[in-house]
Amino acid sequence: MADVFAYIKHADGVADDSALELIVAAKKIAPDASVTAVVTGSGADLDKVCSEMATVYNAVWKIDNAALAYPNAEVVRKALVAILPADSIVLLPHDTFGMDLGPGLSIKMDSTFVADIVGVDGVDGTTLKVVRQEFSGAVSTHVTCDISAGAVLNMRPGVFQPDDTKFGGDVVDKSGDAGDLSAKRTFIEVVEAEAGDVDITKSEVLVSVGRGIEDEDNIEMVFDLAKAMGADVSCSRPIVDAKWLEKSRQVGTSGQTVKPKVYMAMGISGSFQHMGGIKGNPFIVAVNKNAKAPIFQVADVGIEADILEFIPELTEAIENL
Amino acid sequence: MEILVCVKRVPDTSENEIEINGDGNDIERDDLVYSVNEWDNYAVEEAIQIVDKVGGSVTVVTVGDDESEEVLRREMAMGANNGLLLTDDGFEGADGKGIATILKAAVEKGNYDLILTGAQADEGAAQVGGMLAAMLDYPYASLVNLIEPGDGKLKVGREIEGGNQEMNEIELPCVLSIQTGINEPRYVGIRGIRKVASVEIPELSASDLGLDAAAVGADAAKVKRVDYFVPDMGEGAEMLEGSTEEIIEKLIEYLKAKGGLK
Amino acid sequence: MEPVLISPASFKLFGFIPTVIFSVLLPLLGVGLFTYIMAKRVAPLVKANPDFRFDRPKERILNVLKIWLGQWRHPRYMMAGVLHIIIFFGFLILSVRSTELVIKGISEGFVMPGLGGTLGDIYYFFKDYAATAVFFAVIIAAVRRGIFRPDRYHYPESYGHDHTNEAVFVCLVIATLMVSESLYEAALVAAEVQAGHDATFLAPGTLAWFFKNMLLDNSTKSLQAYHIASYYVHDLTFFFFLCFLPMGKHFHVITSLFNVFFMRLDRGNVRPVRYGVSDEELDDLETFGVKKFSDFTWKDILDFYTCADCGRCSDQCPANTVKRPLSPRFISIKGRDYAFSHFPLMGNFVAQEPLIGEGGIYSEDEIWSCTTCGACEQECPIGIEYINKIVDLRRGMVDEGNVPQSLQKPLSSLEKRGNPYGKMEKKRAEWTKELENCEVKVLDKKTSAETLYFVDSISSFDERMQNVARATATIMCAVGEDFGILGKEEKDSGNEVKRFGEEMLYQSLKAHNSEAIKNSGVKKIVTADPHAYNALKNEYSEMPPVEHISQVIVKNVSSGRLKLKGVSEEEANKVYTYHDPCYLGRHNSLYDEPRAAIDAIPGIRRVEMLKSRDRSFCCSGGGLMLFYEPEEEERMGVVRVKHAQKAGANVIVTACPFCLVNMEDAIKVAGLEGKMEAIDLGELIAAHIDS
Repeated sequence: MADVFAYIKHADGVADDSALELIVAAKKIAPDASVTAVVTGSGADLDKVCSEMATVYNAVWKIDNAALAYPNAEVVRKALVAILPADSIVLLPHDTFGMDLGPGLSIKMDSTFVADIVGVDGVDGTTLKVVRQEFSGAVSTHVTCDISAGAVLNMRPGVFQPDDTKFGGDVVDKSGDAGDLSAKRTFIEVVEAEAGDVDITKSEVLVSVGRGIEDEDNIEMVFDLAKAMGADVSCSRPIVDAKWLEKSRQVGTSGQTVKPKVYMAMGISGSFQHMGGIKGNPFIVAVNKNAKAPIFQVADVGIEADILEFIPELTEAIENL
Repeated sequence: MEILVCVKRVPDTSENEIEINGDGNDIERDDLVYSVNEWDNYAVEEAIQIVDKVGGSVTVVTVGDDESEEVLRREMAMGANNGLLLTDDGFEGADGKGIATILKAAVEKGNYDLILTGAQADEGAAQVGGMLAAMLDYPYASLVNLIEPGDGKLKVGREIEGGNQEMNEIELPCVLSIQTGINEPRYVGIRGIRKVASVEIPELSASDLGLDAAAVGADAAKVKRVDYFVPDMGEGAEMLEGSTEEIIEKLIEYLKAKGGLK
Repeated sequence: MEPVLISPASFKLFGFIPTVIFSVLLPLLGVGLFTYIMAKRVAPLVKANPDFRFDRPKERILNVLKIWLGQWRHPRYMMAGVLHIIIFFGFLILSVRSTELVIKGISEGFVMPGLGGTLGDIYYFFKDYAATAVFFAVIIAAVRRGIFRPDRYHYPESYGHDHTNEAVFVCLVIATLMVSESLYEAALVAAEVQAGHDATFLAPGTLAWFFKNMLLDNSTKSLQAYHIASYYVHDLTFFFFLCFLPMGKHFHVITSLFNVFFMRLDRGNVRPVRYGVSDEELDDLETFGVKKFSDFTWKDILDFYTCADCGRCSDQCPANTVKRPLSPRFISIKGRDYAFSHFPLMGNFVAQEPLIGEGGIYSEDEIWSCTTCGACEQECPIGIEYINKIVDLRRGMVDEGNVPQSLQKPLSSLEKRGNPYGKMEKKRAEWTKELENCEVKVLDKKTSAETLYFVDSISSFDERMQNVARATATIMCAVGEDFGILGKEEKDSGNEVKRFGEEMLYQSLKAHNSEAIKNSGVKKIVTADPHAYNALKNEYSEMPPVEHISQVIVKNVSSGRLKLKGVSEEEANKVYTYHDPCYLGRHNSLYDEPRAAIDAIPGIRRVEMLKSRDRSFCCSGGGLMLFYEPEEEERMGVVRVKHAQKAGANVIVTACPFCLVNMEDAIKVAGLEGKMEAIDLGELIAAHIDS
């Protein structure tokens, strides 16, 4: 098996959640291989992440360069191509950065690219077998790929749950090998989303609230739950009608079409217009005090309860995890 | 500005009607209807709007069979000036890299300042744009949700996590993959399509493109789909019973498994 | 006998200026100016698109007699209506007198032909009362409009300036006409009395009578002054008024007669994309719909001219009621203002900017806000139309690709799958699977039936509404109807597609369904969906007779073939009310059958909502309306559910699946679950079949 590398995303001196997931994924692909974390950036934040990764990965390669202070995929690609050996297997998170970097990197490394891997079956010779999803998750497929000349593998975030795997190794400074890091795309700035201007169509987890919330003052508890879960808050039409939440949060045929992975329908009966706004076959949790609410027909998990009592308890339980 | 937009004909999956065929090697395609990949539609609209602003022309290209011509016409009805169909029996079974190789050959036959793709398509790989850019040695930006044309360069916004936007400056020529929501694509009705029904759409085969079909088709594909399967999902909701504590415990387990907790 | 006062025809001002000069000049100038203005006003009509409105003259004349002359729709708003009727008939009566007066100023002995004898006596007797009645009516109208200001006339800021001043001003102008005419006469009669002549009879209690009594003590000289002055005040006011009419909302005084003559005769249909262009030739048209002003037809522009700004349309408009950005009245007012400003009285025509979008007079949301319920057209006392214009404006937007994102998916699903939900064709008949004791045939080349049940999309695919389809089938089975459905061969009727301006998609749906229905060989069509009913009956051509299920029910109840059992104990405590679906009621005048069907259930208690029958309040519309909701303050359905609550009902019976969707949702939104329920007429009947 060729060398295995995982690219570590980080910001403000803290490694991204994917950092610990990629080691798990890497060990599934190549249980015996030595897995090297590649960390790029500059300054003290970079060193902090490197030493953190050194406790987990078999080795850490560091590239310290002012051009890498912000992870511009075009620049990172150049650096990786410069330092990685031929036939490397490179793991990336399949997020907005991994999508930016992965495909082009595979071409420059002259290796195979597989996007958005949600499961690993194993390696047979130079053939890796993985699980992917198509049609917005409606079906899964087994995919084989030839990794004889190396591969760039984008792993879906959140799928490979971190475990206690800790190998530990040294930080090797590869900064000198990075070469010319000029690029035709330059990073300007990150424009922060305006507060209250959440784009629920892009949310992966939604806590969606319906009429069961009864009063505007109770909306607060939904935000508390969403915060605990790391989710965004959406709602059904009546909540917007009542002007308790802005229109941009409304799910339904007359509101937004959302494609989350998990949809928490809290006190939503599941009208035809509402369900029309939910696509991509998410895992739906329905909480409703009416056992006959149609939402239970389409939900994966149902709980017959008053959300006004249930939500605070669930929030507390999640916060205590 | 001369803009090339790469589009794909995909099954319309607005309803959960994707079923797997008896052999498990494909989805049931008999009852499916096809349309242009949603992301590509935004890309074409964006191209048209750019040309409206700064002049130039929009060409839509696809790799596919005769039936793919339909999506080219639809995009031309929207306002794209030219269509280009890359078709060859040998292209069948091409993987992402194969498609990017075919498109690269088409790009080199033209003189384009800007190449747009949709951020992703039915397979959800989001790969062709990035590969094409790397093959052409053009700069690339993915998930673009804002384009401001400048002199020899563009200011582009990329959608990144948390609803934030990453602003970049990118030199032309370049490849961008377009995210939905960048604009509001115009509607194309039957009437619009009929208006362009008789417009000639040039076709290019592997040899026209100077390609060895064997190097891009199924045989050359290093990534192969083996089968389709549906992960088990029961009928109706599984009602969680018991005390509130038990229910919450069970629910949290589910949420963890399904990625509902961060 | 010498006249006691010198008439305007012989009078000399300051003893040497013959006033007859004014008597000649004023009418000449007035009529000349009026002719010029009217020529300018006609110009946009000439430039407009064609509109075929010269057919069926008998029906048109009947409309004129009933709606224009008979003022049929006016009493729907009692106060304003009665005032208007007084002024209208006063005008009719006094127009003769005014014309006579104008000529009298030139030839003092002139009497209108025919008014020399007894007829004249009767006329002069009544015209004084008419003038008096008009006077008081306009004073009340002015006070009502200027001081009490009913909400109906309110002008939202975004729509430009308010017309109260104009309205009050015109009231005063009319009052001036009445006063001056009476004073002219009164001065003469007072002089006659003073001179001891056999004075002309003045009807007691009239303005003229009152003035005469007031003037009896005046000197002959001042009476002479009153006589001449009031004559010319009248003359001047008369011609000023004539030329003022085409400048604003009082243009209707002139145009309403024509507008009513040319008003639409059929309901439930939408006009063709272009008159004189067949469906087959549509592809050859360069452009569709109304994009710029001259794309309107001449009748549209006549409508704009005719709008009296009375606000009845908007008062009835459900979109306006829930504060969507649409007020039909301003569709007309803005159109009229556009016509006036772009076809000015002086100078060249102004280049036409697009009507919709930036710089245009209409907004996209405004045009998409309409549910085509028809309440506005039902109410307009002078036959102004809105649905055709709205649909044509939508056609223009669709042609430009300008369609709200939320509508694009359903439209493309309709194109590809024949239903807005994107469901597979083969699943169209799946609702029949859960049907017990009733076999529903799927018609094809081998299977035939007498009657086709046209289900349409929502009842075929929406889980809740499938129950309406099953109830309909159950009733058809119970009455022994030999019927079947088209199954996967049925596509959406396209009623809403047409009304959303996607004509070509509608055409393809219609062509497909027409072919399938023809091939099925059925002799009759029954449907429970008023939208399908309307399309099949009014829009499709060469269809077998179409019946709504309520008609089937009533027919079979009266023939005794359908027996209904009485209400249960639980139902006996309920109060039912019937909500008229727009496409059953207003567009197709089926008001009585559904009510009769409900009342056929022994022991059922039914009340009427205040707004019912042709004043029914739209639930917010069906078809594609379910996929598009503009900004609004309240849902229409919620308003409607509150109407039912106010009427003391706790069950809303409707006869349209879309109404049912909206009502059931509205009950939840209004927080009336458990207190109010909604049920389809078919469901109600099916549950009471006595087998």
